Amino acid sequence: MAPAKKRNVSLSKTTQQSVKKAKTDLNGKVDSILESRKHANDVFDILEVLESEKEKDVVSAVDACSKLFCALLERKELFVGKLPVEEDALSGEYSAEQKYHMFMRHRYNSCVEILLEHLSHELHEVKESALCCLMKFAAGEGQHPLEDLDWSEHYSFPRELIQAVMDRLLSKTTDNSLLISRFQEFLEMDDVRFYVISSIRENVGKVMDKSKGAALPVYQSNVFTLMSNISVPSQQSELTNFMVKQEAKHKDWKAANLNEHKRVFERMWLGFLKHKLPSNMYKKVLVILHDSILPHMSKPTLMIDFLTAAYEVGGAISLLALNGLFVLIHQHNLDYPDFYKKLYNLLDPSIFHVKYRARFFHLANLFLSSSHLPVYLVAAFAKRLARLALTAPPTALLIVLPFIYNLIRRHPSCRVLIHKPSTEDEPLEDPYLMDEEDPAQCCALESSLWEIKTLQKHHHPDVAKAAMLINTPLPEKEDDISEVLEITTYELMERDLKQKQIKSIPLEFETATQLLKGGGGGDVLAQHFCLD
Amino acid sequence: MGKAPKKRNLADKVRKTKTSTEIKNNPFEVKINRKKFDILGRKSKHDVGLPGVSRSKAINKRKETLLKEYKQKNKSNKLIDRRFGEYDTKMAPEDKILQRFAMERQRVHDKKDVYNLNEEEELTHYGQSLAEMEKFNDLVNSDDESEEKGLLSAELTASHFGGGGGLLKKKTSGDQQEEEGNQRAKSRQELIEELIQKSKQEKRERQVQKEEAQELTEKLDQEWKSIQALMVKKTPKGEDKPEEKPKLEEYDMRVRELGFEMKAQPSEKMKTPEELAREAKEKLQKLEADRLRRMMGDEVGDSAQSQVHMSADDLNDGFILDKEDKKTLSYQDGKWNIGEESGDDKDEDEEGGESDEEDDGDEEEEEGEEEEENDEEQDEEEEEQEGGSEEGGSEEEEDGHSDLDSEQESEDGERKQEDEETRAKPSKSLSKEELKAQQEAAKAELPYTFTAPESYSDLKDLLHGHTPDNQRIIVARTQKCNHPSLAAGNKLKLQKLFGFLSEYIGELATRSPPELATIDRLIPEMYTLCQTFPDAACKAMQTVLGDAGHSMEEVLEVKGHVAFPTLDMLIYLKVTALLFPTSDFRHPVTTPALLYISQALTKCPVRSLQDVTSGLVLCCLAVEYVSFSKRFMPELINFLAGTLHLAVQDKTSLGYTVVPPFRPSGKCSDLLVLSDYESCKSWSKKSLPLSATHHMDLRNDLDRDHHRLMCLSTCLDLVKRCCLLYKDLVSFTCIFQPIRTLLSKHLSSQTLPELLQELYGEILETISSAPVTHARLVLDKKKPIPLKLLTPKIVEVLDYGKKRGSTREEREKERLKHKYKKEFKGALREIRKDSRFLAREKLSEVMNRDAERKRKVKELFGSLATQEGEWKALKRRKRK
Repeated sequence: MAPAKKRNVSLSKTTQQSVKKAKTDLNGKVDSILESRKHANDVFDILEVLESEKEKDVVSAVDACSKLFCALLERKELFVGKLPVEEDALSGEYSAEQKYHMFMRHRYNSCVEILLEHLSHELHEVKESALCCLMKFAAGEGQHPLEDLDWSEHYSFPRELIQAVMDRLLSKTTDNSLLISRFQEFLEMDDVRFYVISSIRENVGKVMDKSKGAALPVYQSNVFTLMSNISVPSQQSELTNFMVKQEAKHKDWKAANLNEHKRVFERMWLGFLKHKLPSNMYKKVLVILHDSILPHMSKPTLMIDFLTAAYEVGGAISLLALNGLFVLIHQHNLDYPDFYKKLYNLLDPSIFHVKYRARFFHLANLFLSSSHLPVYLVAAFAKRLARLALTAPPTALLIVLPFIYNLIRRHPSCRVLIHKPSTEDEPLEDPYLMDEEDPAQCCALESSLWEIKTLQKHHHPDVAKAAMLINTPLPEKEDDISEVLEITTYELMERDLKQKQIKSIPLEFETATQLLKGGGGGDVLAQHFCLD
Repeated sequence: MGKAPKKRNLADKVRKTKTSTEIKNNPFEVKINRKKFDILGRKSKHDVGLPGVSRSKAINKRKETLLKEYKQKNKSNKLIDRRFGEYDTKMAPEDKILQRFAMERQRVHDKKDVYNLNEEEELTHYGQSLAEMEKFNDLVNSDDESEEKGLLSAELTASHFGGGGGLLKKKTSGDQQEEEGNQRAKSRQELIEELIQKSKQEKRERQVQKEEAQELTEKLDQEWKSIQALMVKKTPKGEDKPEEKPKLEEYDMRVRELGFEMKAQPSEKMKTPEELAREAKEKLQKLEADRLRRMMGDEVGDSAQSQVHMSADDLNDGFILDKEDKKTLSYQDGKWNIGEESGDDKDEDEEGGESDEEDDGDEEEEEGEEEEENDEEQDEEEEEQEGGSEEGGSEEEEDGHSDLDSEQESEDGERKQEDEETRAKPSKSLSKEELKAQQEAAKAELPYTFTAPESYSDLKDLLHGHTPDNQRIIVARTQKCNHPSLAAGNKLKLQKLFGFLSEYIGELATRSPPELATIDRLIPEMYTLCQTFPDAACKAMQTVLGDAGHSMEEVLEVKGHVAFPTLDMLIYLKVTALLFPTSDFRHPVTTPALLYISQALTKCPVRSLQDVTSGLVLCCLAVEYVSFSKRFMPELINFLAGTLHLAVQDKTSLGYTVVPPFRPSGKCSDLLVLSDYESCKSWSKKSLPLSATHHMDLRNDLDRDHHRLMCLSTCLDLVKRCCLLYKDLVSFTCIFQPIRTLLSKHLSSQTLPELLQELYGEILETISSAPVTHARLVLDKKKPIPLKLLTPKIVEVLDYGKKRGSTREEREKERLKHKYKKEFKGALREIRKDSRFLAREKLSEVMNRDAERKRKVKELFGSLATQEGEWKALKRRKRK
């Protein structure tokens, strides 16, 4: 062990030294290249280092490259326009100056290629420095375009470079979420964002067409990570931060137009969502849909198809689709037939256990706050929730009970559910049909909320107290559900644990003699388990 | 001095009553105060008044006081009466007179007889010399007098009351011969003289007779004396006398001693076993009533206070009235003793009823009993300790076992109580004890004193390397050595000890293999510590639960699910149930504990057979927690249904919904499906080890199948218990619908052992026998708010004349105000009367003065007129 360690140490020492040396070497070379054209051939050495195996060397080489080529771009020492093949260039009748420019341009192109390859490197450090370097190049190219721009509609923006970066970034095999989050800082710039959006759309279209309908989880998650990081500013005046300044014809530039932004953004999402998504991706999209996608779309109604499809899926996905649907119904006048029937059918025991419970009840509360709902519907909701409450944990019960009470308060004709002084006092079987899908047919109004009566015997005192409320006429004021939506079991526990004014603690009066004997109701544990 | 005023008062009273009755009989003096209503039960003092009397009294009083003052007004001179005790009001008049007389006599004596040496003043009584009277010669005097007084001869009466007529008659009838001779001579005077003479003669004769009798008696006395001397010498009593005297003294001494001696107090009656049993039962019932009240969630404070009542004699040493209390508690379906009572004979039933009634009223009494028992317990304990120390010298091994022995005794007692036998404890076989002692001797001897551990590692060092039993003894001895009554800081030390012990238990449970036996032995010590320091115990358990809950919550937030609680947590939950009542509506320890169980049952996904076992332990605990209070726990039912679902082979058409953490189908949803149905045949039910919750070595499929079957049978038994527990819930059928479908449609089709089949049958029967129909929900009837009534409110008044509806201070204030008002009015009235009296006096004075003046003027005029007339007459005469 020890010798190996020593070797390692010494190895690392040597590498460190070499890195240092290489760095100083590279810097010296960059300086010499920039100083005089005599040393132009040193660029090959740099590119060689760039392709080396050692990560540290690569990183320093990337730095050197960015320094070198950015300086060259600034000095306009790179060839502009359509680049002839290298051999032609050397043999053709160009001036020495031009030849040098062409030579350097070829080196630049190969450097970019290597850097793009590095974007799918194993090591994050390399990826990150390569990305930064490429973006610097993009900025430089924007300032000093390498193409003739008279005919280009994209003005002086290095679109190809961005496209190439995107292709690498949205990898099909590796999860690039870290790199994408690093990339986010470039998305602050409005023009970069604009071109990134459009290149994502193109990329998605290309890749998904190739996959022929099959889901590509890694790729899609990369795309989603990148897309969810994109947010379009809400006002035109906020579009001020550009990477490339366009002096002329700025007004006509698409990247400077908010509506164009929105349009591209919308098309990107639609393009992404029209393909089949894995279910967890579905959930992720739906979670952010209502507040980071819909507001930035120029025509949110285009999402209707997606949302209704999601709503039909059932389970948690339906619950999440509710939020987007609500926005559409509420703000965009969407008319959704059988919305409440579907909502009613969404209610099953799992709603009390899923992560999105608070969101669901918040929305359901909103949907059912309308006073124009028919009584049978409200009664059906109340009864079904009450029935489901028989399987709910205490935290959910603390939401459901006030929820049901609020329903009854809003619709006083539902009071028969808790108060029906019948003429004949004979007991009856619960007429409510749990399996009936249509709330109109489930006979909820003929029933009573016996479930809440049952919950009066619930083990948790707060729940039992809440259930006791149906014994007396409900107070007029509605309960505020938002307070209890996020309550956790630990918070409930703390209510008892943190209680200060305990006078004296009641103790068990039966003497405990053995671990398994006694304590509460006999020896249930002792009957089934033994100590050893 | 002391007697005199009393006498006078009495005399005054007599006089007054006399006059008052006289006056009262006079209808002109009496004024009757007419009453408007006759009020029953009220005594009226003022129905009859005597205005004349009271007025005259008032006037007299004023004359004595006010008038005197008035007369003395503007006068500087004053007459001072220097007679002895004239202004001393405290002195009784008789005393005054006596003193004055004595002083008078002294003065006279001093002046006259300064030089008189011999002659003493002769004291007399009724004119007779006292010195003579002292001789008591005249013994028969009283007789004599009575005789004389009672002598009512006809002659005498005639002479006294006849008015002289008798004598005249005599003269006419009896002395007719003398009539002729000296008719004139025998006048009335003569007759009287004769009578006097006669009586004098009689008197003289009687005196002579008396003297003779006197002489005779004196003679007889002398003779008797001479004889008496002889008699005295002869009788043996004369010899006994000197002996008898000390004897008497001794006796007296004895008597006195006895008198001063502490009187023997009536001792407590020895209680019969029946009484003891009944007392225990009553106490249990009280505790149980407390528990029930807490379960219903009302008035927590009261019950708690009554429970921790400490007697004045309590040394706060952690002795709990227990031992025999714990056993008679019999629970049937969560209703304490009701079922049992109905099952028992009527006698007991009545007792129960009585004690119930007494519960409220006789709390004090019961407390007293508690104290007594406390004392008894203490005594017992002390004896035990003493015994221990005594034995310590000779047989150390014995001592080491004293605790265990007592434990055993109590267990014996327990068994006995369970059998409801009221015989004396069966004496244990000596041989067994000896055997144990020998065994103990073989082991390393333990020291007898331990310092309380200051840190957790101290405790661990202390207990390290000892057997479970010894560990328990060590803890017990530590507790005794550091008893709070022995030193000041001990309380804190022992409070810490509980925390360390609970930590130690947790560590024992996490060891592999877990040392559960040690935990088992330590439980009683935990219990006693908990009873002594409830606050510390509560704190310790709360921290454990809080930490566990917090870490679970954190994991949940990150991952969305969490692993099942480890064995130490399961043990903690069980210990919580042992130390604190699980049935309370709200309890600072058990409520969070139950919440923790509930969360674990909902959030922990079942991924292995160990998980199933852990879940089932949690379910068992949950059933224990809710079995008294019969509280509904949805998570428990969900988990049991989910566990049964794990055993369903064909998961295509379910007909019921599976609640998370279980999934309808998937990777781990076939955990309890048997791999080979043949293994049913070789299976037999036995207890699962608790350690199976985190570690199991199941080598082959057969073992695994057996474990599965064990889990299934446990699960089904729990379902059965739940069925019985929740039978009375309104939504019973809804709650158990999934389980019913599971059992009837899915599991019953599978070939499972007969034992399980039987359980199915029972469960299904219970579920189907539950009532399906219910009365509709109706709000609680509220009292209608009455209209405002204008008729007067009539309140039954039971204490007349007393103001009600205010505090004592207010009442007192009212009373004083009233009194002040009364006094003020009275004073005003008096002042008015005084001034009226004075005015009257002044007027009369003026009138008197005027009259006098008039008279004098008249006189003067008269004299002048006469003078004038005389002068005129003289003039006329001169003229003539």
